[in-house]
Amino acid sequence: MNAFFALIRRDILLATRIGGGAGVGLVFFLMLVTIMPFAIGPDMVLLARIGPAILWVAALLATLIGLDRLFQADEEDGSLDLLRMSGLPLPLVVLAKVIAHWLVTGLPLALAAPFLGLLLALEPQAMLAVTVTLLAGTPALTFIGATGAALTAGLRRGGLILAVLVMPLMIPVLIFGISATSAALGGPIPFQVPFAILCGLGLFAMVTGTISAALAIRASEA
Amino acid sequence: MKLSVSGLAVTRSGRPIFSKLSFTLASGEALALTGPNGSGKSTLLRILAGLLPPTAGIIEWSGGDDDTPLSEVAHYLGHRDALKPALTPLELLSFWRSLLGQPAVDPLAALERVGLGHAAYLPAAYLSAGQRRRLSLARLLVAHRPLWLLDEPTAALDQASETMFGDLVADHLTRGGLAIIATHAPLPIPTRTLSLKASA
Repeated sequence: MNAFFALIRRDILLATRIGGGAGVGLVFFLMLVTIMPFAIGPDMVLLARIGPAILWVAALLATLIGLDRLFQADEEDGSLDLLRMSGLPLPLVVLAKVIAHWLVTGLPLALAAPFLGLLLALEPQAMLAVTVTLLAGTPALTFIGATGAALTAGLRRGGLILAVLVMPLMIPVLIFGISATSAALGGPIPFQVPFAILCGLGLFAMVTGTISAALAIRASEA
Repeated sequence: MKLSVSGLAVTRSGRPIFSKLSFTLASGEALALTGPNGSGKSTLLRILAGLLPPTAGIIEWSGGDDDTPLSEVAHYLGHRDALKPALTPLELLSFWRSLLGQPAVDPLAALERVGLGHAAYLPAAYLSAGQRRRLSLARLLVAHRPLWLLDEPTAALDQASETMFGDLVADHLTRGGLAIIATHAPLPIPTRTLSLKASA
């Protein structure tokens, strides 16, 4: 277990040092959300209505930004070989790396959402709903992306292929994230239903993403 | 502790690299792997490290605990040095020490041993090629693993560092360790030699 936490700690340290790219997704998220009001126009009612969807789409795209380096950096410099030779089983290596990646990329998105909601004229209740659904939804997005990241670890410029591979798998998360948000703001269905499905998707992605990413890494050198 | 390899063969993308390779190595012995470029020295080391599956053959390790796979009793030092430019040597060694298990020498002491004590708190980005190699060698010291698989460890090392490397391996062997070293240059320690031939 010591090795597991050491790996999480190292990845967070690497991401927050110069060139680590922890802030890239967050800045991209900020850019996407700030240009939206300019594109749509100063219609406060319209902005407030589509605001949660804008935040969710922007968060999904921002998640895709940093994913390509998840395993690639360790693959390139040979660290992945050594990680495979540590006593830690490969799925746990993947789990530690994805958790660290989410802590520095996904979590800041969810925490920044209420502030960016101000730009979209969101009601406080809507800000809360988006933050809660993003907290539950971003881990799912990161775990789904992990499989794509593992498959493209050996490719130079694999970022676009990665996005094409994992985007379709992220759509259910987007659908239930948005529907949970709208349910929280009043609607025919209770909030718990889509939110429970969203959390379920997250847990499902955690198990399948971890295992399939480990398999993809193992298969990449045969 | 003993490593025995028999009938080992490997085919990479349809091309046989080597076949019917057999050797044994006991505690305290070192084996130098020689052969022209492309003869399979690195491939053999990667197979022994458990990073590549062999096409045929048996690799047997009899050590203290027979259940442990070879990848967890071996240190692998490859061409890629697994260094992160943003981390300091001390951070890197502490990380590998907790990750590889069986902690041995303290990271600072290991850095002193390879002559990098002064660079312990400097980001690894500032290290020269030879210093990076020495930092990789320090990794072998911070976690105890009986089998060392070294792929051209003396590349980029100066005369003094080469002597230091010889001492490290000699120490490891006297403590009952094993070492397999792929090399083109003569090694500063006595070894047996296994020559791989160029594949057709």
